[in-house]
Amino acid sequence: MADASSLGFWVVPIAVLGGAVRVSTPFLFVSLGECLTERSGRINLGLEGTLVMSAMVGYGVSYVSGSPWLGVLAAALTGAVLGAVHAVICGLPKVNDIAVGIALMLFGIGLAFFLGKPLIAPKANILPAIDFGWWTTIPQLHDALKINVLFLLGVVLAPVLVWALRSTRWGLVLRTAGESADAARAMGYSVNRIRLRATMTGGFLAGIGGSFLSLYYPGNWNEGLSSGQGITAVALVIFARWNPMLCFWASLLFGGAAALGPALQSVQITWGYHLFGAAPYILTLAIMIVTCSPKRTLVGAPAELSITK
Amino acid sequence: MTFAVTSKAIGGRLIGDRFASTAEVVVIPVIAVIAALIAFGGFVGLFGVNPVELYTDMYMGAFGTFFSWQNTLTRAAPLILTALCTALPAQLGMVVIGGEGALVMGGLCATAAGLALLGAPPVVVQLAMAVAGMAAGGFWIAFAGALRHYRGVNETISTLLLNYIAIAILNHLVEGAMRDPASLNKPSTHSIGDQNMIGLIPGLGVHWGILFGVVAALIAYILVFHTVFGFSARIAGGNLRAARVVGLPVGKLILTMCFLGGCSAGLAGMVEIAAVQERANANLAAGYGYTGILVAFLARQNPLACIPVAILLGGIGASGGLLQRRLDLPDASVLVLQGIIFIAVLASDTLYGRFKIFQSKAV
Repeated sequence: MADASSLGFWVVPIAVLGGAVRVSTPFLFVSLGECLTERSGRINLGLEGTLVMSAMVGYGVSYVSGSPWLGVLAAALTGAVLGAVHAVICGLPKVNDIAVGIALMLFGIGLAFFLGKPLIAPKANILPAIDFGWWTTIPQLHDALKINVLFLLGVVLAPVLVWALRSTRWGLVLRTAGESADAARAMGYSVNRIRLRATMTGGFLAGIGGSFLSLYYPGNWNEGLSSGQGITAVALVIFARWNPMLCFWASLLFGGAAALGPALQSVQITWGYHLFGAAPYILTLAIMIVTCSPKRTLVGAPAELSITK
Repeated sequence: MTFAVTSKAIGGRLIGDRFASTAEVVVIPVIAVIAALIAFGGFVGLFGVNPVELYTDMYMGAFGTFFSWQNTLTRAAPLILTALCTALPAQLGMVVIGGEGALVMGGLCATAAGLALLGAPPVVVQLAMAVAGMAAGGFWIAFAGALRHYRGVNETISTLLLNYIAIAILNHLVEGAMRDPASLNKPSTHSIGDQNMIGLIPGLGVHWGILFGVVAALIAYILVFHTVFGFSARIAGGNLRAARVVGLPVGKLILTMCFLGGCSAGLAGMVEIAAVQERANANLAAGYGYTGILVAFLARQNPLACIPVAILLGGIGASGGLLQRRLDLPDASVLVLQGIIFIAVLASDTLYGRFKIFQSKAV
C-alpha cells in the first residue's frame, strides 16, 4: 500500500499503459481482420456483430469444455462463418456491402443476446496471462505487465500480414482484387472468391478479438461487453491507411484512450467517467476529421473500396 | 386518327409500366420478409417452439387486440421519425445510421428546455421542447453531413460513432449536472411535469407522437418527390458528378437533408420524453434509432412507405413481451428476427430486374 501512495499520480500513466496493452487487443485483431477484408475491396461493417457473437460463443465453449483455448478457436470459427455470410450476400449483384454490414451487425448482436442469455451467470475458465512483471514489487506496475498471449500473437501477426500482403502470391492476388476487380478477372481469378476468403479470414481474426473480450478482459459475458469496439476498429483501419503495422500502433493508441477513464477512476477522479469512456469514439472522429479530405482519395486506399469512392 | 390511337396506346403502356415497377418494389420486399419469417420460424423451431404458435402469438401481440394495436402504434411513432433520419439523406446516396444519437440528443435537449421553462403554460413548454429536440437532432446529423461534405469523412462511420458519443453525453448529464437527487436506482433528470406531457389522442389511447410521425413522413414525401429541392437531391444521389456539372448546390443539399433527417429523429426523442418517459434517463437509448434504419431500408427509403413498415416493425417489437411470457423466448428474439429481415431485404436487392412480368415492355 505504501508503494501505491508513493507512486502518486504515476499510477495514471502506468494504468493507461497497462490498459493500452489489455484494451487494445480486440481493436488489434478486428482492425487486422478488417484491413485484409478492405484490401480485397470490400468493407465489412458487421465486425461489431462478429465481435459480440464470437465473444459469446467463445465464453460458452470455454464454459462447457473447460478449455479457454477451445473457446478462442470456436470464437474464431464463428467469426469466419459470419464473414462468409457477409461475403456471400455481398457477392450477389446489386447488393450494397455497407448496408449488409449494418444488417449483420444488428443480427450478430441480437443472436448473441438470444443465445447468450444462459451464459450471463456462470463463470467460464478464462485465458492465462504471462507475467512479465515478476521483478517488481509495485502492484500497479506488476498488474500492467501481465500480458495475455493473444496480444503477443497480434504483435507477431501484424508484421506477418505486412509481409504476406507485400510479398506472397496470395497477397498480390488479394490486393489486385482490391485495386481493380477487372484486372483480377483478366488474370483468371474470381473476385468474389478472393473476397470471400478475405472476409472469412477477417471474420476469423475479429472472432479471436471477441474471445479476448469474454475470456480475458473484462473476462465475462454480458450484453454490454462490446459497445462499439468493432466499429471503432473499422474506422481505425482508415486511419492506419490499410497498413497492418500501422493498425497495431493505432490499436495501442485507442486502447490507451479507452483505458483513460478507468485509470483516472483508480486515483479517485470520477468526474466525466462516461465522457472518458467515449474517448476512443471522440478520438476516432477527430482523427478522421484531420486525416480525411474531400479533394483527393486517401493514400493507400484500395481503389475498389465503396467507402472511399 | 392514327396519332390518337398511338398516343393512347403509349399512355396505356406507360400506366402499365408504372404499375409494374410499383408492383416490383412492393412484391420483392414482401417476398424477402416472408423468407425471413420462414427462416426465423425454422430458427425458433430448433428451440422447440412451434412456428405456427409463434406467429399466432406474434399476431395477437402486435395486431390482435385493441391494446396490442395501442402498443404497436406507440412504438411505431418513434420508428417513423428515426426512419426518416436514414431515408432523407439516402436520397443523396448517403447511408446515415445516426438516428439513435440524434434521438438521444433530441430527447436530452428537449428535457433541458422543458425543465428550464417549468411553470410556463404547457403549450409554450411543449413547443420549446419540440424546437429544442428538433434543433439538437438536426445539428447532430448535419454535423456528420458537414464532415462528409467538407472533410470527406464517411457518414456511416461518423454517425455510428456519434451514437456512442451521444449516449455518453446522456449518461454523463443524467448522472451529473442534470440528475434529480431523488432518483437513486436509475439516475434520471427531474420530471418535466404531468401538465407538460403531450397526452393521448382521445378515443385511441395512443399518444400524439404517431400523428407527428405521419405528418413528418407526409412532409418528407412531398419534399422528396414533389419539390424541385427533392428532385435536385435525387439527381445528386443518382449521379454526383452530373449534379455538380449542372450546378446543383451539393453541399447545401447534403446539409439540409441531414439536418431535416436529424430534426425528425430529434423530434422522436422529444416525443419519447414528452409522451412516454417524462424524464430523461438511460431508457432513451432503447434502440429505436437502430430499428429505424431497418424501417428505412425496408421502405426502400420512401418516406411514405416508412409509415406502414414502421407499424409492422412496431408490431414485431410490441409482440416481444408476449413471446417472452407465452413461449419463454428471450427478449432478444425480436432483435434476431429484425436482423434476419434486414439481411433478407438487402439480399433481395439482387432480385430487381430479374422478373419478366415487372419489366417494361417498351424495351
